[in-house]
Amino acid sequence: MISTPRQITCVEIGGIPIALSTCDEGFLDLLRERYDGFLSSSPPEFELEFDLTSAGPASDDDVRVRREGHEWLIERGDFRARWDPRTGRGSVRQNANPYSLDSVLRILHSLILAQRGGFLLHAASAICEGRAYLFSGVSGAGKTTMTRLAPPDITLLTDEISYLRPNADGYSAFGTPFAGELGRAGENCAAPVSALFFLEKGQENRVDELSSAEAVRRLMRNILFFAEDQGLVEKLLATACDFVAKVPIRRLTFYPDARVWDDVRNLARNSAHNFADNLQEVPEHA
Amino acid sequence: MPENCIYIARSSAIAARALAGEMMVMNSADSTFFTLNEVATAIFQAADGHTPLQEIVRNHVCEQFDVDPEQAQEDAERFVTELSGHGILLVSNRPLAGEMP
Repeated sequence: MISTPRQITCVEIGGIPIALSTCDEGFLDLLRERYDGFLSSSPPEFELEFDLTSAGPASDDDVRVRREGHEWLIERGDFRARWDPRTGRGSVRQNANPYSLDSVLRILHSLILAQRGGFLLHAASAICEGRAYLFSGVSGAGKTTMTRLAPPDITLLTDEISYLRPNADGYSAFGTPFAGELGRAGENCAAPVSALFFLEKGQENRVDELSSAEAVRRLMRNILFFAEDQGLVEKLLATACDFVAKVPIRRLTFYPDARVWDDVRNLARNSAHNFADNLQEVPEHA
Repeated sequence: MPENCIYIARSSAIAARALAGEMMVMNSADSTFFTLNEVATAIFQAADGHTPLQEIVRNHVCEQFDVDPEQAQEDAERFVTELSGHGILLVSNRPLAGEMP
């Protein structure tokens, strides 16, 4: 019996190239099409081998991510993956559903990032005048609305899952192919983070201060993290506190029209210290 | 040793960090996240497994915060029950050992 040779494509998200290999030509095409714009010729840091089961829908089951010896075991109804952080290699058994594929990649990146002091955040992000702005919140808070309202010179990084890594001064946001309601991948580029806004829709545009504790609370609520692991949880909490110490975090109440981006643009033109001066700022106790 | 003594200890399966007077606590088993106010933080930090809750309330709550001792004890017991239900604190009527982070 002659086995079909594995074919490899390398996908680089957040500056981390991961080689994805499969024996299935159709699945390889799906990989290349889905991550077009994030394909890379860099030497891969990690490798994932895909073996396909019969096609089927993505599962709504809860994902479980736990350690088994040195390996991570990642399981949901539609996939089962193993990954060894010591060798950087892993295997995935899943159906050919692209949403299952996205889920596996997101979880793998969340594990890698947690070790490196970064994280995935349920947030839209975009670059305005060389600085990245993050817009987070529960479903319906306005993440996709903010990206739809963005003028043409704004670079969209994502409307759904923001990718954050520490840099020398603070944090950088990277574009991701993980799209939300907008149905469009972000640009494959990065910029230093200038601010994170927790969104709420309202009758006017307004920025409110948040206490550090409230900022950490909201941040933790929106970080994508699945691993049942004491060490990583400790590291993630430390990262969240560090992020809050280094990045201005505010509540942005906004009326959903294009003027909100004029205000964000004004913020970008101000320094980090007085970035909120152009908006009506209300102290927390009010 | 009085029979009604309650001993509390922090679970080893949590991550905790103090920030601006509040304690952030995350359960690593299910990623549930809690923030504790100043009084709750004082009790949490004193939960060493061998100091009775009554003594913790007397020394760390009543002495530092302007509260009625009976009310403080009642509130502390409710708080301890709630956090133990989430696996953040371990509760026993005997001293606890070996569970501290």
